[in-house]
Amino acid sequence: MARAAVLGRLTWQVGTVTEVRDETPTARTLVLDVPDWTGHQAGQHVDVRLTAPDGYSAQRSYSIASPPGGTKLELTVQRLEDGEVSPYLAETLAPGDPLELRGPIGGWFVWTPADPGPVLLVAGGSGIVPLMAMIRARAGSGNRAPFRLVYSVRSADAALYAAELADRARTDAGLELSYVYTRSAPPGWPGPAGRINAGILTAGRPAPPGTAVFICGPTGFVEAAANLLIDAGQDAQTIKTERFGPSGGQP
Amino acid sequence: MGIVSRGFGGRRRAPDENLPPGQYLVTDFPVLSAGPTPRVSLDTWELTLAAETGQPRSWDWAAFQALPQEDITVDLHCVTKWSKFGTPWRGVSLDTLLDGMVTTAEFALARCYGGYTTNLPLADLRNGQAWIAFRYDSADLEPEHGGPARLLVPHLYLWKSAKWVQRIDLLREDEPGFWESLGYHNYGDPWREQRYWGD
Amino acid sequence: MNEHLDGNVLAGALRELFTVDITTATGQCVACGTTGALGQARVYPDAPGMVARCRSCDEIVLRYVRAPDRAWLDLRGITCLQVQLPE
Repeated sequence: MARAAVLGRLTWQVGTVTEVRDETPTARTLVLDVPDWTGHQAGQHVDVRLTAPDGYSAQRSYSIASPPGGTKLELTVQRLEDGEVSPYLAETLAPGDPLELRGPIGGWFVWTPADPGPVLLVAGGSGIVPLMAMIRARAGSGNRAPFRLVYSVRSADAALYAAELADRARTDAGLELSYVYTRSAPPGWPGPAGRINAGILTAGRPAPPGTAVFICGPTGFVEAAANLLIDAGQDAQTIKTERFGPSGGQP
Repeated sequence: MGIVSRGFGGRRRAPDENLPPGQYLVTDFPVLSAGPTPRVSLDTWELTLAAETGQPRSWDWAAFQALPQEDITVDLHCVTKWSKFGTPWRGVSLDTLLDGMVTTAEFALARCYGGYTTNLPLADLRNGQAWIAFRYDSADLEPEHGGPARLLVPHLYLWKSAKWVQRIDLLREDEPGFWESLGYHNYGDPWREQRYWGD
Repeated sequence: MNEHLDGNVLAGALRELFTVDITTATGQCVACGTTGALGQARVYPDAPGMVARCRSCDEIVLRYVRAPDRAWLDLRGITCLQVQLPE
């Protein structure tokens, strides 16, 4: 049962970018120092607000990539084609710049190490971000519940955190990783590129009892994945979804 | 106002004296919706106009299509701040639909497939200010933009141009609609920037 | 946008009004009686206001409008909200 702490009303804070890390040619991680950050849970997000000199402002939500407990906050931003905010965050913003944000937000799409049950994480594109926070949170805690990540991307070079996920699949006990390549599969991949299907999601076996499912990504992907799981017998009540919108985010 | 973000300009906002205050110009046609898109078949579609006195009058699709039609080009202004110039529509004027209707009502309430409602003074539906539009940009009006037919009242914010219009009631007393009862301005004149209550 | 988002989208907006996260609050849909957390609702975030609908029957459970200096909230679609608080 989710425990709600009584918090103050949410207000805007200013963080400072201390570091940026390229994840792919079109995505990067922003490392932020946010004084008075009250902490967060894996799966939560922040609202980011940009203001132009004439007062025009634009606001978007970004999932927190860093696990709870660090001194810095990390956001991973995918640059969207017709983006208004994402190109600024993914290209213009530089170390030393301020960034206005508020959070943490969202108690629904959250996993904490206190949850003992097995978990199925299903990510489409940049939907991996909040799920990565969960994987990182698990690694930093004593929780060893089985975690299975199914990560759907267009191609291998579009995958975020690829190296880290490969490491963790080797060293985080109980973490399983499966990729789905929808446009082009890497050399040596046993099979053609293709969309997510029930076989990959279920790995040919029913999910262990008590499995919690988190699905995150563009709307179409989330709907497809959720429907596949429900058709395969997963109880809809055990599935939590976070749709990013039709393009994978508001541009 | 928040802290200024170095190097952020946002969408291009060319100042234009044809834009109402606070608006910016777009070239696409954003879709805003309060719910799933209603799917209305032309076989069952009906438009009803009801005065506070006397019988309501209704048109099925064939009868509606037989009415005089107009091609108009208008500017659209959405309360979420985007404006779109020069949008081409085809529709039936409310003057045609109201012709000969006996009423002392001063107000109107549009009701839509899907449940949406919006209110406006009856005077704002008359005199070439309003249409029931069913074609946009030389094609049938798409469901996501209000097809088969929507109300079009371009001199007010676009939330008054009710999509999937089904019925218009003429009323003696004003009845706030879906958004007008939750903070949006009862009249909604973009040129006086009447977005919210009290503006 | 016509497709809906998930209830979590309500979280930021309503955290401006409430000191608890409302998406984990539970309630009952007035129209069909389905109970659940607000996080499970289907949200149309820019309608121009925000509209949340029941995941079972699609009727409206919550509506929210944010002006620069005011906000309006309509919860008539929920019988009541139950919010967990620390003891």
